[in-house]
Amino acid sequence: MDVLEETVVDLASTPVRELNKALHEAEPGSRWRVENPRGAHNVAVGIHEDIRVTVEGHVGYFAAGMHQKGWLEIVGNAGTGLAENIMSGTVHVTGSTSQSTGATGHGGLIVVDGSTGARCGIAMKGVDIVVGGDIGHMSAFMAQAGRLVVCGDAGEALGDSIYEARIYVKGTVASLGADCIEKPMRDEHLAELGDLLAAAGRSDDPADFRRYGSARTLYHFHSHNTY
Amino acid sequence: MDTSALRESATFDRATIRRIQQAAETGVYHIRGWGAKRPLPHFDDLLFLGASMSRYPLEGYREACGTDVVLGDRHASKPLHLDIPVTIAGMSFGALSANAKEALGRGASEAGTSTTTGDGGMTPEERGHSRHLVYQYLPSRYGMNPDDLRKADAIEVVLGQGAKPGGGGMLLGQKITERVAGMRTLPVGIDQRSPSRHPDWTGPDDLTIKIAELREITDWEKPIFVKIGASRPYYDTSLAVKAGADVVVLDGMQGGTAATQEVFIEHVGIPILAAIPMAVEALQELGVHRQVQLIVSGGIRTGADVAKALALGADAVSIGTAALIALGDNSPQFADEYEKIGSAPGFYDDFQDGRDPAGISTQDPELMARLDPIEGGRRIANYLRVLTLEAQTIARACGKSHVRNLEPEDLVALTLESAAMARVPLAGTNWIPGTEL
Ligand SMILES: Cc1cc2nc3c(=O)[nH]c(=O)nc-3n(C[C@H](O)[C@H](O)[C@H](O)COP(=O)(O)O)c2cc1C
Repeated sequence: MDVLEETVVDLASTPVRELNKALHEAEPGSRWRVENPRGAHNVAVGIHEDIRVTVEGHVGYFAAGMHQKGWLEIVGNAGTGLAENIMSGTVHVTGSTSQSTGATGHGGLIVVDGSTGARCGIAMKGVDIVVGGDIGHMSAFMAQAGRLVVCGDAGEALGDSIYEARIYVKGTVASLGADCIEKPMRDEHLAELGDLLAAAGRSDDPADFRRYGSARTLYHFHSHNTY
Repeated sequence: MDTSALRESATFDRATIRRIQQAAETGVYHIRGWGAKRPLPHFDDLLFLGASMSRYPLEGYREACGTDVVLGDRHASKPLHLDIPVTIAGMSFGALSANAKEALGRGASEAGTSTTTGDGGMTPEERGHSRHLVYQYLPSRYGMNPDDLRKADAIEVVLGQGAKPGGGGMLLGQKITERVAGMRTLPVGIDQRSPSRHPDWTGPDDLTIKIAELREITDWEKPIFVKIGASRPYYDTSLAVKAGADVVVLDGMQGGTAATQEVFIEHVGIPILAAIPMAVEALQELGVHRQVQLIVSGGIRTGADVAKALALGADAVSIGTAALIALGDNSPQFADEYEKIGSAPGFYDDFQDGRDPAGISTQDPELMARLDPIEGGRRIANYLRVLTLEAQTIARACGKSHVRNLEPEDLVALTLESAAMARVPLAGTNWIPGTEL
């Protein structure tokens, strides 16, 4: 990596509030390195300029929350709600993440090299999520739009009450949730999956994945559905 | 025919019979708008004592009686300063037409108060016409984006609604037009369901972190409200305060809705009268009454209701249904059209259905065009003024130079139930049921 000017913020001595304020006021194109996060919550939330941020270490809840622009990497694990409601840009976690990764994300790309907990991609609204490992139960619950790629296995009730999001899983699926079904992999799906894997820096073969999506039987209230 | 001996069952009244018939015919439960319709202990069961020998009234038209309120000055660098303690409740664009939302914004701004977005995001019309706009942060996160969050004057984390504590929202396909669908990232025309739980947090400890996140994203500028449906207000208020809320919004079971299962509306939650004293008790015990403000709603209609809510310890009230009525909902002007859709002025509650003759709870361009947002705004401002003047009238009569100085001591109750719930004495006695004499 080149030695362009990089601002270092040490969370051992700087409150998260100061870090976030500095990131909100950051010059476009600037580079940041955050050290010693030690599991702090709300690290690097609300970034709205095209900046590059590397966080060295594990973070708590809602890291990169509502990320709007730029590139953010967490070298470590992340807690609940990583990059919740992300709008665009890229968030990359080298380790694993907890629940609700990318919840309600509207756009952008989240890459988790490890695995995620439950509810990965819950209510996602356009974000793309690529997970190198496994995802927990109830993932993509009510997922509205966007794509969730899982290179490992998916937990129970995958895609329950899913709308128009597309899910690709390479490994096993413990069970599908209500209204989620397997769908054929057509050329356009292989192509988009190939692009997503490439964007995430992965070499998996799209042909090894299966696709899941909505059967659309819950789109209208009628006497035989359960709510 | 002599019908004088026909007797309607109190248990199986005609509306109940019809519901059973409809359930048998369709296999689908009844969904409607409005709030609880059954009789409930309410503000009508309370009376003000007014000044007498031992209290001085203020001169009705001469002496000042303040009405302003500051919301959210505990942690936020930019709290809301409102001229009157009556705000417009969150009602979504989608449930309501764009014109209705604009009218609410115009009216609220003219009266110096706030209006609130809803489950469906912020529209530019609404932002543009609202001086003080509260942005709701709901489980669905429809249309949620950080730019709008930063444009808002306050953020309201919605945990529940009085009409359906524990329930999610719904918006039926008739109202999911292209614009509404686009804002919510949903297919056009589907029957939309909103989740009842937030997707990325559960419980008060998580909420603490969530509130901190919202503050961090907006650089600690915005007041953070937490809205709860009245069910366990003592605990919910305590936990909201602990989680860092600047303002608690408490909505009682009479609170309106755009579309909810009737069984939910009528059978879940508690009346606002019962809820306020429990929330106030929690705030007082934590030493934050008046520092964390309390906004209450659910069946507020008159300045007397406003004054009673404040006297019980609220800092402000919020109105939904009454604001829609002020806009023209249920107006006799549309009697013929209500009849065509099986309703009548005074009964119309099919906000879910999208065929509102008054152009309020609809996305139909023709119906919507009936509501002129400028005239609507004028009506809302007028109505808000009347509520304020009425509340001032009562406050002056009780000798108060500011409506916030109204207190439980100014009140008595007409019924045992309301005395016990509101924790004020039964009229003509010193007895507050539930306490020692
Ligand atoms: C048409 C309509 C739409 C509503 N939409 C929402 C909403 O999106 N979010 C919310 O928190 N409450 C919503 N509510 C509830 C109101 O915010 C408020 O709690 C309630 O209307 C207050 O009671 P009142 O109608 O008796 O004044 C809605 C109410 C109505 C009548």
